[in-house]
Amino acid sequence: MWNTVFPYILSGISVGGQYALIAIGYTMVYGILRLINFAHGDVFMVAGIIMVYMAASGVPLWLCIPLVLVLTALIGFVIERVAYKPLRNAPRMSAMISAIGVSYTLQNLVLYITGGLNQLYPTIPWISDSMTIFGATTKVVTVVTPILTIVLVVALVQLINHTKIGMAMRAVSRDFETSQLMGIKINNVISITFVIGTFLAGVASILYFTNYTTVIQTSGAMPGLKAFVAAVFGGIGSIPGAVVGAFIIGIAENIIKGLDIILFKLGVTSGPMGLATFSDAFTFALLIVILAVKPTGLFGEKITDKV
Amino acid sequence: MSNMISQKKKVDSATIISAVIVACVYIAVFIAEQTIAPTSMLFTVLKKGATYALVAVSMNLLNGFTGIFSLGQAGFMLIGAYTYGIFTIPVDQRMSVYQYYNGGVVQFVLPWFVAMLLAGLIAAFFAFLIGMPVLRLKSDYLAIATLGFAEIIRAVFQWDKLGPVTNGSNMLRLFPSFNDFNIVGADGRVSVYLSTLVPMLIAGLCIGVIILLINSTFGRALKAIKDDEIAAEAMGIRLASHKRLAFCVSSFFAGVGGAMLAMYQTTVQAKGFTTAMTYEILLIVVIGGIGSVTGRKQMIGNFEVPLLRNGFRLVVFSIIIMIVVLFFRRGIMGTKELPDLIRQWQGRGKEKGAQVK
Repeated sequence: MWNTVFPYILSGISVGGQYALIAIGYTMVYGILRLINFAHGDVFMVAGIIMVYMAASGVPLWLCIPLVLVLTALIGFVIERVAYKPLRNAPRMSAMISAIGVSYTLQNLVLYITGGLNQLYPTIPWISDSMTIFGATTKVVTVVTPILTIVLVVALVQLINHTKIGMAMRAVSRDFETSQLMGIKINNVISITFVIGTFLAGVASILYFTNYTTVIQTSGAMPGLKAFVAAVFGGIGSIPGAVVGAFIIGIAENIIKGLDIILFKLGVTSGPMGLATFSDAFTFALLIVILAVKPTGLFGEKITDKV
Repeated sequence: MSNMISQKKKVDSATIISAVIVACVYIAVFIAEQTIAPTSMLFTVLKKGATYALVAVSMNLLNGFTGIFSLGQAGFMLIGAYTYGIFTIPVDQRMSVYQYYNGGVVQFVLPWFVAMLLAGLIAAFFAFLIGMPVLRLKSDYLAIATLGFAEIIRAVFQWDKLGPVTNGSNMLRLFPSFNDFNIVGADGRVSVYLSTLVPMLIAGLCIGVIILLINSTFGRALKAIKDDEIAAEAMGIRLASHKRLAFCVSSFFAGVGGAMLAMYQTTVQAKGFTTAMTYEILLIVVIGGIGSVTGRKQMIGNFEVPLLRNGFRLVVFSIIIMIVVLFFRRGIMGTKELPDLIRQWQGRGKEKGAQVK
């Protein structure tokens, strides 16, 4: 029993950690701008593509990783300045459409550059190595991901709770105009939020693509959506919520992927049920259930609308 | 009584001119189809344009006129496309299409228009079911929930256990396509080409119905909901039932559009109906102008022409979209319709005083 289920839980924890890093970007941006940044998943994909091209052009790998992270953060900054800042006072729908437009643009740009072919992700030494843990063989990255995620999240929470810029972020997410009156430069705060979010997406992309090894223009869409679901599940605007949600979704998704085999080995079913098809659908079913039952998510604050 | 009659909308010259223009377009297409080679790019553009125009207008009914930001369009198109495919594959071809499922369970054929209608109805039925939990949500939550439903539908249709009906993750094919609208003479050669005109007529008919709907009391109620939900409710508009009906109607036409897409593509596979498809339709709606119907048709026609290399065309397309989103926030047509443009054009010749109503 344990030997059958454990590998799936392990990869679930790993994927969950990667989703968590992406989900933080969603949840922070939503917390401040009330905007679903649909382009976030594509930024994550672009980070993968940059890594592919940089490694192919001969930049040493130890230099690639920090460069990719910096460039990804820069892309996040530019996207915010170009596509979202002009729409700050527009209706929310406009900003959301703009986000979808950015997502579409990024995907098409990558399609044009790569010619729509799968790009092989460079092998990063050590984290791509195989290892055995409790009888299950896996890559080192599977074990590194959750640890790194927890470390980064703790650092981020410290930043938000105990620094001046963190305080500014909390203030802006509470009330835009009042914080502006208090002398907070909201444009800077929003830019920093985007930079942090995309930086974490960059980290996630290195971990994720080390595991899946190929990048294509659409490979950001699904992880992006799932990370968003995780953010909603945990209560959008709440960072611990996003992390918990991401781990739950990652583990559930991977268990469903192996459910056929697990059930068969337990003797519950006699043949394949094809349940793996539903691993993505489950995520969205979970989303709809949580939205119907507790729209603010697990850790979300109650929002009251002013008329 | 007399007051009511005088308030009745007058059919002004602009409306008539618009109708004439539409009729001329149809006649031009008919003539072009008989004279130009059927493989011409023009017809591909027109067929795809007709299909996407219908879906975009149906989406606009929700996003533009009712203010419900739904991203489930691809899911409803998928339902429509599959319904159409499942019920129109000729019985003697089923063995080869459903080769892994022993010919499938559906062993009868419906005429194409019945199947198309059924496609819309089933999509609307699913919309009714989905609408119950989803329509209670607000703006972005609603968007993401409908998007999630589209993904769930996509997964369900690919499920192996439903294979005898949906052919699992394999494609449906060999059902009647647009080319079957051509009238074939006794000698086996095509005598009258109708493969572009009929889809355009179907799309035109559906869009016409939607326009009538928008201009009815129901449509006005929807616009009121979009402007201010609370005010609309205070005016006696029942929010829940109006939203539900709008959602079902929009899905009905998305289902019909899906059936048309199936005919255009000649094959259907659930894999293709991704979120990206919904985004694409949404961007067509945005470019044409949220809140306008006529914006749709020309735009898709203009941009789908593959003048440039495939990828580059998409890049140009997306840059244009970003420019429109950022600078022409209301789209190229804004809330104006074709008759409004003609009125504006007529007004330019007249004196200023005549324009003020």
